[in-house]
Amino acid sequence: MSKLLKAAQAGTVESSDILISLMPAEAATGIQVELVSPTLQQYGKHIKNLIIETLVFHGIEDVQVYANDKGALDCTIKARVKTALERAGE
Amino acid sequence: MEKLRRSMMFVPGNNPGMLLNAGIYGADTIILDCEDAVAITEKDSARNLVFQAISELNYGTEVAVRINHISTPFGWDDLKRVLPAKPDLIRLPMAQGPEEIRQIDEFISEAEEKNKFPAGSIKMMAAVETPKGLRFAYEIAAASPRMVALAIGAEDFIANLKTTRSKLGRELLAARGQLVLAAREAGIQCIDTVFSDINDEEGFKRELELIKEMGFDGKSVVNPRQVSVVHDFFAPTAKEMDHAERVLAAYQEALEKKSGVISLNGKMIDLPIVARAERTLAYAKAAAGKGGK
Repeated sequence: MSKLLKAAQAGTVESSDILISLMPAEAATGIQVELVSPTLQQYGKHIKNLIIETLVFHGIEDVQVYANDKGALDCTIKARVKTALERAGE
Repeated sequence: MEKLRRSMMFVPGNNPGMLLNAGIYGADTIILDCEDAVAITEKDSARNLVFQAISELNYGTEVAVRINHISTPFGWDDLKRVLPAKPDLIRLPMAQGPEEIRQIDEFISEAEEKNKFPAGSIKMMAAVETPKGLRFAYEIAAASPRMVALAIGAEDFIANLKTTRSKLGRELLAARGQLVLAAREAGIQCIDTVFSDINDEEGFKRELELIKEMGFDGKSVVNPRQVSVVHDFFAPTAKEMDHAERVLAAYQEALEKKSGVISLNGKMIDLPIVARAERTLAYAKAAAGKGGK
């Protein structure tokens, strides 16, 4: 799957969680991440990279991501991205 | 001494905050829950989060996963996703008979082989929550060498009995008794149900006293506050330890003197009493963090 079939979401906006929304994008537009986070200054780049790495790992090339972070650790971010991807591919 | 399972603490599998902190309360086992604590629309989220948590966090204690029953649309998917993270223990709810235990055992064996885990390293336990499950309790307990414990799930059981839960727990007496017998016959541990009224500490202690007397090895808990209360209850008292030490000393002395009859303070000591004293001391040692497996 290099392209999303449909829009999908996973996660919540509760403390320590992250809400990931994925939207299909045109071919060759790449992975675009929009992130809201209370730790944007310190960890924004890390969170964005992790989201992108997880998507690339699952073979995604073009997608629009909106992420609302509430202090999620890496394991939570990966799990939420994966769940959103599975839901998008159903 | 077998692994201590005095407290088995449930942690909702789809709550990142609770999953992150689950290891800090000192529970002997934490149970990451994909079943009742997870909304039906979030089963996929929970199993992904539980997989990632076990893979990346170091809990420093035994980690179990309560899967959904394999007769639901979620049970096999739970197993498929979480087994590659190598949980220590799989807890099956609503166990009804030995066949499902064997099916899961086989599935775990395949996952162990595929992921190059040592064969038999992932253990199992099952919760009995129906009269039918209770009737097959021994068969369930003995269905696989992976089985380390039986547990009772009271809420569903009592609903099935068409009664209600009382302070004295008389409605569960028969089930608890039969479950301990089945677990002991199979040579595995027996874990009591949760006590969900967090604010009723008196009631909680009364229930702990009852289950300890009945022979249970531990209790499922739903709140971290309950963990230390359970551990205190299961720890041998100073008096019990002192007695156990004196029993073993008297036994040793009798062995050296080749004396056939052993007595301590005028009371005869026989082998079951010696075995109990040994268990008391081994338990205290394990509980003091000097071992346990």
